[in-house]
Amino acid sequence: MDLTFTDRESAFRDELRAWLAENHPGTEPDGDEGEAYAWRRDFQRRLAEGGWAAVHWPVEYGGRGATLTESAIFFEELARARAPLPANVLGLLLAGPTIMSWGTDEQKERFLAPIVTAEEIWCQGFSEPEAGSDLASLKTRAVKDNGKWLVTGQKVWTSGAQHSKWCMLVARTDTEVPKHKGLTYFLLDMEQDAIQIRPLRQITGEAEFNELFFEQAHATDDQVLGGVGNGWKVALTTLMNERAGLAFFLQVRLRQLLDELLAEADRRGLLDDPIVADRLGELHLKAEVLRLTAYRGLTAIERYGQPGPEGSLTKWMWSETNQQLTQLAAELLGPEALLAGGHWSYELLRARGNTIEGGTTEILKNIVAERVLGLPRAR
Amino acid sequence: MDFDFSDEEKQIKEVAHELLAARSPFAKVREAAEAGDYDPELARELVELGWPGIAVSAEHGGQDLGFVELAVVLEELGYACAATSLTSSATAAAVIEATGSPEQRSRWLPQLSSGEATGAIGTRELTADANAAAVILLIEGEECVLVERAHADVRPIVTIDPTRRFATAAGDGQPLAAGAADRVRSAISSELVGVCQRALDMTLEFVKDRKQFGVPVGSFQAVGHRCAQMLLMTESARSAAYFAAWAADADPERLPEAAALAAAAAGTAAKEVTASAIQAHGGIGFTWEADLHWLYKRAQLDAALLGSARNHHAALARIGAARVNSSVAAAGS
Repeated sequence: MDLTFTDRESAFRDELRAWLAENHPGTEPDGDEGEAYAWRRDFQRRLAEGGWAAVHWPVEYGGRGATLTESAIFFEELARARAPLPANVLGLLLAGPTIMSWGTDEQKERFLAPIVTAEEIWCQGFSEPEAGSDLASLKTRAVKDNGKWLVTGQKVWTSGAQHSKWCMLVARTDTEVPKHKGLTYFLLDMEQDAIQIRPLRQITGEAEFNELFFEQAHATDDQVLGGVGNGWKVALTTLMNERAGLAFFLQVRLRQLLDELLAEADRRGLLDDPIVADRLGELHLKAEVLRLTAYRGLTAIERYGQPGPEGSLTKWMWSETNQQLTQLAAELLGPEALLAGGHWSYELLRARGNTIEGGTTEILKNIVAERVLGLPRAR
Repeated sequence: MDFDFSDEEKQIKEVAHELLAARSPFAKVREAAEAGDYDPELARELVELGWPGIAVSAEHGGQDLGFVELAVVLEELGYACAATSLTSSATAAAVIEATGSPEQRSRWLPQLSSGEATGAIGTRELTADANAAAVILLIEGEECVLVERAHADVRPIVTIDPTRRFATAAGDGQPLAAGAADRVRSAISSELVGVCQRALDMTLEFVKDRKQFGVPVGSFQAVGHRCAQMLLMTESARSAAYFAAWAADADPERLPEAAALAAAAAGTAAKEVTASAIQAHGGIGFTWEADLHWLYKRAQLDAALLGSARNHHAALARIGAARVNSSVAAAGS
């Protein structure tokens, strides 16, 4: 057991810190959403030029070939420097690794490089209004017509769709077989009139996500990933990557939010109140245990090729802790933390999504019970 | 960053697990509890393995290992809920090794390592294994003092946990170096991780087997989610306890934080996980013969030795705030 970074890991971190100090994009521009997006896209271009955009990708695909721990350090340092996530984060974390696992040589050649440079942005078309946690029951149809695929249906919770060139789309291509078997994974071109994008306003008032409507949108055979009818397996690859990638970034963001609250509570003399100290200390505990547990998970994967039981717990821990933290902030700081447009009020509202997005806590508990603890399938 | 055990540590874990499964099944724990005494045979075997001195230097007759190896053994003692004073004695020896003066080390460590004498740990109100011990480590707030049994006023008390001997203890103490109290708490936390794991394992076995309404009760989400929560708390305690054991050996600067994390996480987890185990077992869980109560009682007493989670939380809030302020100061300078 050695809970310090190795010399190689420290060197990686120091090199990255130095690079970030030189190339920091500054604070997010105040203007409209498009401007903020252009700023993040520009930051990714800079990351790509420095060789930092796809740290966890193999060198042959334009990555840095970093270890899992180095990749974790990358996301921690990004958050620590208060730099944004790269604009094409879904391409880097989800689409790229999925294409590497399932793509043909031609697909890898065609799609991977523009992901790294943010030349082509990706979005994810999985959830539907009637297929959330029960993803495999999705209804969007793709039918073959004259050698072309025609996609018709609706997707929801698609972030970044308005900026995307490509969509990771799962559609039903066979209605005659059991629901998991009739799905196909498409790399769908978003630049066509048959796709309508409508912003979806969420409880914070902003629209991070969209609804997508497909009316006979076109796809070709070479835009099928992993074979017709194999979409469920390919989608699972994407979902596995979803849980692993962002944990370290989010964990540091949580820590920063807690540090802000600790400093503010200290400034107001609230730490002398035993109840406040108890609750803040408990959050400190949860934040640190989250980080330790996330690193334990990395060790398990690096050593044994698969996560231990702790691997399925971090998203659940993070989301509930973030909700407790923002709720405590609202209580400690009083009505000023509840003003419209305020920093803490935004965090309070945004945190409600944490236990839903990327797998609801209820589904995560089912997964832990069945796959980690080996309990019989839930009723 | 490497959160794994070394081959030697894994081997110790395996030996401890197998030995305790064979020599200290619940039938033996119950026997010892009902007799109100420790099993002398088990004590002899544990001494033969050298575990009282596992974290004592070779110079003083120990195994020359550290707190991580001690944690491995204590976790298994907790898993077995073994009726033994080894947790107290091996912890007292490890702490004297790490924080005692040269005189204290050469006086106490050889006899503790060889098993000729035993050590005790606790507070004035609640000390584990003080009556038969030669030396007692008493935590008072952040301090920890060494009290010689010969000069101590020790009064046995009977607690709800008859698998171990408790007492109140008073007497003039000699100071130990900083970090002694943190190391005691780190060690107790490790035992509690084992207690949690056993409660979880027994519960999983039960809910897979027990049928109601024609199906295993583990197929009900209310039960499955309870088990998932037990895992979350067990793994949280484990992460913190490993960190504390590692810090006790390798990073004294972070030890106060690590020990507070471990004490709060393990104390809270053990009480909740063992209570949850009783609940998940239904009526049978409330019976004497189901054996879950030994774990529940061990959790309650160990958690009491650790002190209230509220105090540890408050310490963590102060540590967190101090770190923020110092990084703000550093950035401003």
